[in-house]
Amino acid sequence: MSDNNSFRAEVAAWLEANCPASMRRPIVAEEMVWGGSRLQFQNEDQRLWFERCRERGWFAPGWPREYGGGGLTPKQARIVEEEMARLSCRQPQYNLGVWMLGPVLLEVGTEEQKREHLIPMMRGERRWCQGFSEPNAGSDLASLKTSARRVQDADGEAYIVNGSKIWTSYGDQADWMYALVRTDASARKQQGISFVLIDMHAPGVSVKPIELISGKSSFCEVFFDNVRVPVRQLVGPEGEGWAVAKKLLQHERAAMSKFAEGGAPSHDALAVARPYLQEAAPAQAAVWRDRLAAQLMDAHAFALTHQRVTAQAMARQDVSGPAAIMKLVQTEQEVAKYELLVQVMGLNGLSWEGEDFTALEHDICRQWLLTKTYTIGGGTSEVQLNIIAKRVLGLPA
Amino acid sequence: MGFLLTEEQTMLRESALAFIAEQSPVARQRALRDDAAPLGYDAALWQQAVELGWPIAALPESAGGLAMGHAGLGAIFELMGRHLAALPLLSHSVLAAELLLQLQDGAQQQRWWPLLAAGDGRLALAIDESQRHLPQGFKTTAQASGDGWRLDGEKWFVIDGVGARWLLVAAQVAGEAALFIVDAAAAGVTVTPLHMADSHNHARVRLDAVQLPADARLELHDAATALERALDCARICLAAEAHGIAREVLERTVAYLKERVQFDVPIGSFQALQHRVARLYCEVELLDSCVRAALSAIDEDSSELPLLASLAKVRANDLCERLLNEAVQLHGGIGVTDEFDLGLFLKRARVIGQTLGDTLYHRDRYARLKGF
Repeated sequence: MSDNNSFRAEVAAWLEANCPASMRRPIVAEEMVWGGSRLQFQNEDQRLWFERCRERGWFAPGWPREYGGGGLTPKQARIVEEEMARLSCRQPQYNLGVWMLGPVLLEVGTEEQKREHLIPMMRGERRWCQGFSEPNAGSDLASLKTSARRVQDADGEAYIVNGSKIWTSYGDQADWMYALVRTDASARKQQGISFVLIDMHAPGVSVKPIELISGKSSFCEVFFDNVRVPVRQLVGPEGEGWAVAKKLLQHERAAMSKFAEGGAPSHDALAVARPYLQEAAPAQAAVWRDRLAAQLMDAHAFALTHQRVTAQAMARQDVSGPAAIMKLVQTEQEVAKYELLVQVMGLNGLSWEGEDFTALEHDICRQWLLTKTYTIGGGTSEVQLNIIAKRVLGLPA
Repeated sequence: MGFLLTEEQTMLRESALAFIAEQSPVARQRALRDDAAPLGYDAALWQQAVELGWPIAALPESAGGLAMGHAGLGAIFELMGRHLAALPLLSHSVLAAELLLQLQDGAQQQRWWPLLAAGDGRLALAIDESQRHLPQGFKTTAQASGDGWRLDGEKWFVIDGVGARWLLVAAQVAGEAALFIVDAAAAGVTVTPLHMADSHNHARVRLDAVQLPADARLELHDAATALERALDCARICLAAEAHGIAREVLERTVAYLKERVQFDVPIGSFQALQHRVARLYCEVELLDSCVRAALSAIDEDSSELPLLASLAKVRANDLCERLLNEAVQLHGGIGVTDEFDLGLFLKRARVIGQTLGDTLYHRDRYARLKGF
């Protein structure tokens, strides 16, 4: 225990000395540093924070040193994360590879796969995207159709992949994709699926950004036209990709919580609303005030639940129930918050561009529209409710 | 912030669970109602709770308590909610105890603290004077009279006021809040039972020229602040009771959806109903977190106590209204029969919602505390 305390003190001191003050403020969308071959920094503080964490292996403090991690025990790794959260340190890099794929490769990947993929992730040199969703599949994920036909050619054994993926976040920025493909069209729905890693620079891969109602978006459509994927890029046994994907989605919750802990761009509702409240006529201001207070209390209750689930999980209590509500509650609260802010701003909240309105007003309008994706992507609210009803409450199918 | 119970608190919770489930199941509450029990609770059961040390569970050792904190006591309130157990813990062990603990005068401490451990000299707080909670708005006055004080006014909805041996009365002294301890048997004190939907103990207290000795005024550093803290502790304990009601009723409703067959299938297989209870479950978990955080804020003497008290109370009020209504609807016709226990939960939950501040009161207070 005292060892852990001295370790915690060391971590805190290091963070104090090495995390620049500007990296301890809430993140905004354009300041997120994504690792990858297109790695870019907007300022020196971002670069310093990124490089200092990389040197210590703190992109993933708990991974083995041989794959570029920090080599810490699980308890120590948690202390690093806790201290970073306590000091409001930003994530040094945003990387789905580190958060989602990495833990799966550590568990079921081959030695060759670990060396080939984990080390570049840890250097912040390779950016990953997720290729699960397909056009027409929607929430019925297992109905995916992208095919992977096994062949033997001059370069060895490989899959020839044809089809397309949709709603791929930052597909146009990614270097690699982890994807679900159908390796056996005759098998039952979830059984013919395999989990493969695809080089986004390979011949036959093309990417088209999707324009959304909020204007630009991070979402893309990805097309595969006879893309050759070497069999060594298959993760887990052929035909058992569904189980691998389920493992990966368990890590999505931890990744989501990194967003919830000040990682995701969001606005302080009270700060945004206050001036508009002051301008409103008294009778209306009273109603806005009540609604704003209700919204703040929702957010407060969610933040406390986040803390509680973390504390209970660390005490090894069963948190499967409350953990299952987090995605639903967090995303619906974000939706409700922006609905309220847009309305509090009146028509100024619906401004699109130009200098007649403030930058914040433009920003709120677009963020309001973007939040509409939150309750659809990553499992719709309806799917989340099904999960709670069936897995947590045990209601019959 | 502590979200977890200590080993001692867990043991207290488990022994309370066994005791309440056995001695005070919902059937006991129904019997109290059917018998129109004057106290609204079972005096013998209260005596047993006194022997278990519940009235002093949260008190510090320096005041003769068990030092289980409010996190420990809150666990008991949650179980009382689950089983609809009626006991005068809120009035005696939270409202009165918190005020007496803040006594500045050694002689008063010595006189009144021992009463907290002994259940027979029960204490109750008389504060509100209308149908709504308005802790700063009382008009009852105390005027210097002879060597002591003269008290005039009327208090409504005094929690557990019937049968209380001592009443703590909030009164104005030259425009300032003050607290007086009044012998319920004193001349000029009239206690009338108020028969409420939840069949618990509520009373109206008239104070007509009640003559009090000089030391009847409690020596507090600041009576208004002391009152506010005591009220916050009680609001949080009420939220804990409401959380217990909500969890219990949700569990009963889910069980009913699994067993009730219509159109040849359990109605719990209908997605429209599944989504409704799944949403209620989310709200119960959120309330759970708010209640735990608020209880631990009492024990840690956190500056966030008022904010967390209002948060917990609002969420308890709102959830109880929604969840109980949904539970009745999902149970169908049986849900509105008196024979079925659901109505007892509904009535108790609604009284809790109006006690010590409704949703509008606390949302307004939360906004003020947040500076807008």
